[in-house]
Order: sequence, then C-alpha cells, then structure tokens
Amino acid sequence: MNVEEIVRGIEEGNRRALARAITYVENDYPEGKEIMKRIFHRTGKAHVIGVTGFPGVGKSTTVSKLIQKFREKGKKVGVVAVDPSSPFTGGALLGDRLRMDGLDVSKPLWLDPGVFFRSMSSRGRAGGLAAKTGDVVRLLDAFGFDLILVETVGAGQSEVDIVEVADTTIVILMPEMGDEIQINKAGILEIGDIYVVNKADLGGADKTVRWLKTMIMMDQESVEILSKTTHADEAAVQSGEIFERMKKSRDWIPPILVTVAERGVGIEELVKAIEDHFEYLKKSGKLMERRVRRLSRELFDLIMDEIKTILSKNKLVDFRGYVERVAKGEINPHSAAEDIVDKLLKVGCN
Amino acid sequence: MITLEKKIKVLVAKVGLDGHDRGAKVVARFLRDAGFEVIYTGLHRTPEEVAMAAVQEDVDVVGISIHSGAHMTLVPKVMKYIKEFGGDLDEMVIVVGGIIPEEDIEKLKSLGVDEVFIPGTPMEKIIDFIRKKVPEKKKMGRSR
Repeated sequence: MNVEEIVRGIEEGNRRALARAITYVENDYPEGKEIMKRIFHRTGKAHVIGVTGFPGVGKSTTVSKLIQKFREKGKKVGVVAVDPSSPFTGGALLGDRLRMDGLDVSKPLWLDPGVFFRSMSSRGRAGGLAAKTGDVVRLLDAFGFDLILVETVGAGQSEVDIVEVADTTIVILMPEMGDEIQINKAGILEIGDIYVVNKADLGGADKTVRWLKTMIMMDQESVEILSKTTHADEAAVQSGEIFERMKKSRDWIPPILVTVAERGVGIEELVKAIEDHFEYLKKSGKLMERRVRRLSRELFDLIMDEIKTILSKNKLVDFRGYVERVAKGEINPHSAAEDIVDKLLKVGCN
Repeated sequence: MITLEKKIKVLVAKVGLDGHDRGAKVVARFLRDAGFEVIYTGLHRTPEEVAMAAVQEDVDVVGISIHSGAHMTLVPKVMKYIKEFGGDLDEMVIVVGGIIPEEDIEKLKSLGVDEVFIPGTPMEKIIDFIRKKVPEKKKMGRSR
C-alpha cells in the first residue's frame, strides 16, 4: 500500500490501512512522516486515556473491561498497549492483547468492528511508552475512535511519559504494594487524574486508599488550610469538614476508586470518573491548556530531530570534524557546540 | 538501543479447543530472545480472532500451534479470514507447529503454509527460517 492508498483507507475506515500506517510510523519510514502530515487535520477529537501502574496490578485486565463498558455505550475504542523490549536482544514479548476478554463471552472484543487493538514494543525507550506511541495515538484519532486507551509498560517510580500523550491518566495500584513512604516518593503516583486500587478482594485496600488520600491532599494549599486549623477545629477535622474545605480549594480532586477488574467490580464507577474528568477538562479550559503544553514540547522535539538530520548531512559545518577535534582535546565540547550553532545559523540550514 | 532496521513481528497463536500451550509459550520466549517482537494470543482463540489480530498488529509471521489434530480444518480457516480481513498472504509468512502427521505436512504446504515444525525441531531452525523467509516474502526494504 502506498501513502495515497493508506491516507484514503484511513479516511474510509479501512483497518488494514490503519494497521499498515502504524507499521510505517513505528519503523520511522519516510512514508510514515508523510502520512502523519496528511492526517493531522483529522485529529484532536478523541479522548485519550492513559492507564499506568506497577507490573501485575491489572492494567490490561482493567483496559479490557473498560473497552467493553465503552462499547456498550456505543463508543468506538482504539487501544495501544506498550510492553518492554529486552535490553539485551531488542526482542519483546507483547502480552497485553491476550487479556482482552470482555465479561460477556458472546461478544468477543477481538472481532468487534468498533475496537482496534495494537501492541507496541517500547524498543529500548525508558519512560513507559515507545518513541512513536504519540503518533500512533494520532493515527487512531484520525481514524475516528471516540476513545483511545494507552496502556504503558509496567511502570515504576519514574515512568511518567504517559502524561505527554493522555488527556486523562489513570494510575492503578493494588493492596500491599508498599507503605505511605513508597506512595509519597511520588513518580507515577503524582500523575494520576484518577487512582484505582485494584484486586481489592485481596484485602488491605482500605489502607492503600487512606495513604493515597493523604498523599493527594498534601499539596501546598491544603497544608495551608491545615496549618490554620486551630484546636477548636478538631471537630471539623473529625467530621471531615476540613477535607471538604480542602476540596473546595482545588478544581479537580483525583478520585480514588476500588475495583476487582477481573470480575468487573467498580468498572462502572471508573467509566463515570473518566467521563467526569473529560467534562472537567473541557469546561475548565484545561484540555486546551494541556494539549498546548504537550504540543509545544512535541514541536520542540521535532525541531531538534530536524537539526540532528541537518547536522548529519551538512558538509559545511563538518560535525564529524568537530567530534574528532574534541576527541583529540583541541577544543572543548561546549565551545564546539557554540561554533557549530553559529556556523549553522550563518550558512543556513540547507 | 535504537535500531533502524525493521523489527520482525510474529503472532504466536493458539486456536480452537486445544489447551496445550507449553510449546507455544516456549517458542514465544525463544523468538523474543532472538530479537523478534512476539505477540501471544493466549488459549482458545477462534480462527477469525487470530486472523483479525494478524491484520491489526500487521505481523510479518503468523505461527499457529496445534496439538489437537484439527489442523486441516483450522489452519485453512485462519488463512481464509486473514485474506477476508484484507491481509496479504503473499507477504505474510505462515508457519504451523505441533503434532502434525507426515502426510498432512505436504497438504498444508500445498494450501500455502510456508513451513511446518514438528516436536523436536531445534529452535535455531525456526529462528533461521523466519529470518530468511520474512525478507524473501516481503522484499523487506524501506519501501515495504
């Protein structure tokens, strides 16, 4: 399939064209870039939902139950599921798709025309996503999916790239994963718009919920309200009124939900929270704000990529020559970089 | 490590009522260690589901593992549906693994299966076959 056929295919809802477009983009073929240019005007409508959390907490299972619930509501759902690549061989075992079973076996999600599922290897990238996940999300958006679920690799404390892609980020935990110090260490626990304590049937979920609540409420404004709380307000603390007051000082308090995804428990509430958050984003103007912030970062990265390409091709600047001179100790790297940029600006970027 | 060459993507599929997945899991693991990107379907998929996954994931290779004896029914169905869903069997490598009687191996090949691997096949043989066959079928290059 050539670029023309693929772009037309995407416009016409041909899933084979979409699949091939993703392959081109994922492998950084020139066709991929061309396709991205031509479909951009069709993007921006989907609600992009990120699902992240430690390995084994039930991300894939939760995603599969969400797909089903959204399908029941008539929404079309695209899914990108990222799994890690081996640092030694570059290979990857992509095992998210196999969990894609709905609650109702008579409606197999694998064949549902309103669902498209794509597995991706992180291909050595840290951060929880693959380098091209953002572009793949855009392809799904252009194809016309109402919702796009992005599942990260099993993330630890610093894999937070998902916020660069998702409008709504769901962080999934499970009971007994560590105490409040682990939770307060932050990382992925800072990025949630919605928190889920899954596998609640294991017991201990209430403790995890409590710690999460404390962590979420412990921001600057809340600390101020608390510090002004006198002894006389003790009753207010007990009754939870202080909590309510702290809530009012913020426009979105991440809800903490308790689920048993395997059996579908709590999924309804999760769907509701996702919808509420999207409404909030739209009404408050935060959706645009977040997207603009992401776009500025993306544009910056793209410019850097372009400059790298120019540097590798441009004969006048002689990048390799500079590298050799730095290696020989004839010039320091900082001065070399300044020289190169000066020259680039003078000779132009052709 | 970032490599610019295209990664070979393989779907390892279990189809039908057959519940023996040890072999499929071992193969999936070895293929991953050989540097391939491997998607495992899990047990009890229908031929349609396997075909749909192959098309959506745009894999280079579909490996169907069957120990139930139903290969002459199920394998052609998977291939039929891949075509029906828009997949291109001319550029997709189809391999079958499992307990396949000798007389059926030729029959499967005549139906378009690229290779059949029976129990005892060394992993290297499977890996080498895929490495050789994928570019051959796909004329793999920047334009494909």
